Amino acid sequence: MLLLALLPLVLAPLALAALALAVPRARWRPRLLLVGAGLHAAAVAALWALRPGPTLSGWLALDAAGLLTLSTASAVFLASAVYVQGYLATHPERDDRVFVGSLLALLAAMTGAALAQNLGLLWVIIELTTLATAPLIYFRHDALSLEATWKYLMVCSLGIALALLGTFFLAFSSAGPGGPQTLLLPDLIAAGDRLSRPWVRAAFAFLLAGYGTKMGLAPFHAWKPDAYGEAPGVLGALLAGGVTNIAFLALVRATSVCQAAGEGPFARSALLGVGLLSMGVAAVFMVGQRDFKRLLAYSSVEHMGILALGVGLGGAAAAGAFFHMVNNGLTKGVLFLTAGNIHRAYGTKDTDRVRGAARRLPLSGPLFLLGFLAVTGSPPFAPFFSEFAILSGALGGGRWLVAAAYLALLALIFVTMGSTVLRIVQGEPRQPAEPGFGDVATTAGPPLLLLLAVLALGLWVPRGLLDLFDAAAALVRG
Amino acid sequence: MVTRLAAAVLPFLAFLGLSPLLLGAVTRVKSLFAGRTGAPLLQPYHDLRRLLGKQPVYSRTTTWVFRAGPLVGLGAVVAAGLLMSFGGAPALLPFPGDFILFASLLGLSRFATALAALDTGSSFEGMGAAREVTFAAFAEPALFLCLVALVRATGSLSLSGMLREGLPELWRAQGPALLLAATALVVVALAENARIPVDDPTTHLELTMIHEVMVLDHSGPDLAVIHYAASLKLFLFGALVVRLALGFPFSSPWPSLGVFLGGMALFATALGAIESTMARLRLDRVPQLLVAASVLALFALVLLLR
Amino acid sequence: MTYWTGLVFVLVVVLDLLVLASSRLRGAIRTVAFQGAVLALLPLLLPAPAAGEHRVVHMVALAVGALVVKGFLIPGMMLWAMREAAIRREVEPIVGFVPSLVLGALGVAAAFTFSGALPLPAPELHPLLVPTSLSTVWTGLLLVVSRRKAVAQVLGFLLVENGVFVFGVLLSGFMPLMVEAGVLLDLLAATFVMGIVIFHINREFASLDTGRLTSLRD
Repeated sequence: MLLLALLPLVLAPLALAALALAVPRARWRPRLLLVGAGLHAAAVAALWALRPGPTLSGWLALDAAGLLTLSTASAVFLASAVYVQGYLATHPERDDRVFVGSLLALLAAMTGAALAQNLGLLWVIIELTTLATAPLIYFRHDALSLEATWKYLMVCSLGIALALLGTFFLAFSSAGPGGPQTLLLPDLIAAGDRLSRPWVRAAFAFLLAGYGTKMGLAPFHAWKPDAYGEAPGVLGALLAGGVTNIAFLALVRATSVCQAAGEGPFARSALLGVGLLSMGVAAVFMVGQRDFKRLLAYSSVEHMGILALGVGLGGAAAAGAFFHMVNNGLTKGVLFLTAGNIHRAYGTKDTDRVRGAARRLPLSGPLFLLGFLAVTGSPPFAPFFSEFAILSGALGGGRWLVAAAYLALLALIFVTMGSTVLRIVQGEPRQPAEPGFGDVATTAGPPLLLLLAVLALGLWVPRGLLDLFDAAAALVRG
Repeated sequence: MVTRLAAAVLPFLAFLGLSPLLLGAVTRVKSLFAGRTGAPLLQPYHDLRRLLGKQPVYSRTTTWVFRAGPLVGLGAVVAAGLLMSFGGAPALLPFPGDFILFASLLGLSRFATALAALDTGSSFEGMGAAREVTFAAFAEPALFLCLVALVRATGSLSLSGMLREGLPELWRAQGPALLLAATALVVVALAENARIPVDDPTTHLELTMIHEVMVLDHSGPDLAVIHYAASLKLFLFGALVVRLALGFPFSSPWPSLGVFLGGMALFATALGAIESTMARLRLDRVPQLLVAASVLALFALVLLLR
Repeated sequence: MTYWTGLVFVLVVVLDLLVLASSRLRGAIRTVAFQGAVLALLPLLLPAPAAGEHRVVHMVALAVGALVVKGFLIPGMMLWAMREAAIRREVEPIVGFVPSLVLGALGVAAAFTFSGALPLPAPELHPLLVPTSLSTVWTGLLLVVSRRKAVAQVLGFLLVENGVFVFGVLLSGFMPLMVEAGVLLDLLAATFVMGIVIFHINREFASLDTGRLTSLRD
């Protein structure tokens, strides 16, 4: 029975998605989302206790990195599912059939990707996340969201095609005489130096470009500001807290194979370079950004850069990167959900016209501010500690220049992002409030709970969780 | 001794004597495609004889450049024929690197014609010369890439060496690459000889003419020389394509010459078919076609270099 | 056998270049479809690293699947979309045909020159395999960035997928059929979703020019 425990976790949301597409009554559909998210969260909690072994001859298995990603995604999804109840209530005119179905399909895909141990299967599932997200971005059905959808589809599909080529290269590297001839991750890692090194190297380059696109690392981030800017805030939360983390997990898996084949230094230096570049690009584009959702998108580029940097540094920084993955996912949930509330209350994303959010939205406004403080690494929130862990990893490894660049970029981003966020939150609202778009329990509650979780993780991290970070980092430790 | 001499010289004489016939054959195939009886096969010879009997007319604005143009053009093409091996026997004057001289002689012939056209001072002829030279600039890289690919494939630096024994085995070993090169060569042959789809040799609408508009001012024997040189050039390119495409399994000269002439007949048929079934390209699409030919030849070369 | 495999690879690259040079959308769609059909031959032509009864069935299934999806379903869908949405037939390049051909040729030359750096693990595999795959991927990427029409960009995506497919065939010896089926299905689904988006673009802007999708920028 335990052997098959992982499969229902993927199949149940898929069944609910089919149900959502079939249910004729619009009132029931959002409830399905709640059911799916609740069951999923409960099942993931059970996984923490049970830790079942591999399923389907090793194709699905739960390891430390997968469990962390899955739990973050599940938590963000639960918060989003509650939020969607209030969100859809304010937009009764829009048909939510595809919206709810796609969200549930996305949940299934994210779960599958976190569990997949076969790199081919992992690729298929990550492509499915792209396809499941496209209708969500187009939810507003206007010209701008269409443009964002098209760019998202085109850029991510191309990226994912390159990732497939990289996956094939990796399979090819194992095809030589004495090679394991497989795409199963444990077998690949066990094969170690029997893998053909030139192919592993080429494979990593393609995988970095491919999954880097999905993750939104610079210079492959072209889709990100558009998609985050035009999609509903709840999708931003799911992309930043789930899908990009899944892509990060895929990159970690690729890095671990590289590491086993003796190409670890190559992979890590590539990740380091891309990570710093992403932080730099994000800092540049945040300056003078007048659309607060796009601002958050660049913040996501920055944090994906930090994750890549952490893995690139290796050692203690890698454990910090996994801690940061969890923290960033939860904090981004806070930011995107509250940003969605502010967007609706003001009817615009233009920072020149949004003032005094703290007065108009007494919960979402301050939460947005606190979320900003958390995500830029202010104590006592958890991201401060994870970013500090990465910094100490850099210093411990004697990478003074990297540490200096990292600190300088973090400071720059704090200033540029802060100037925009403070303008939004402080002051007096200029126009009178639009009726019916104030804070309600379903739209302000989820971000509040997520923020409390971020705060709790900052104040106290359980021993077991720390061990989990170390176990996940052991995959890629240099 | 005499037979060996005859075997060496006869193909060259066939080149000089039969090229108007090739032109006549192409025209005949085209008229058959169009459902007409068409002109007799020997019509180009009659045309040449008629033109040779006429009195040339020279504009007062022209200089010696105008008169020298056709003669230089003819001389260059005949000299190029000396380097080409037609059937069985090697060329009359083979030497390593002669393919470069071959291409330059063809270039010289075009240069002389274009210069004569410019010498008239007529804007139409200037336009024709400009177009001809423009397209030639796109065609020449393709020709050179084809020849270099052949050099690489055969390891020989002379045209006779490239097109001799060993070619059949080469087709078995490197078929795809040679096929690409041959395709590119056909495109170059169409462009260099002003055939459809690049240029229409029968049109007399000045706006669309390329080669014909250059020779509007030539008359009488001068025009005959130009037409003859054009037919020689077509024969040269045909010989290149045919030799490359057939490969030559024969070591004895006479059957080889026979096969070659049969191949030329096939070439004339193919050319006529192409001209009858294809539409002429818009002028701005012509460079695209020629660049595509260069790209194919480059691809062939890359394949051979591996 | 090797000779014919080589011919197939060369044909695939020539078709790449042809797509770059074609100025009509329908022609380009048919060329890509033909390329997909030619690629469907590959599973039957490539030598089997581990032969067996099971493998023959596998290869035939892969060939038929690829032929149906790449040769008929996807191009059929795109031609249908063109007819239904009344898309004009010109390709409308951003980068002209000649420069894109030259760029494509340079990429092909580079792929064929440098692919020697990646040693083939199994000597019985055809040496043109890697460069053909890389050339096709390069051509596809080039097409996506250098064409304005949404349909042409989807064609570029399909070319990239074709290039990747060349590799996938090679691996079918030890890649279970399920993954390959997943890959083909994903491709089909992606094209389907893109087709729907193309539809919406056409309705929203009364044109399929992605050049109009330029409101979002920094």
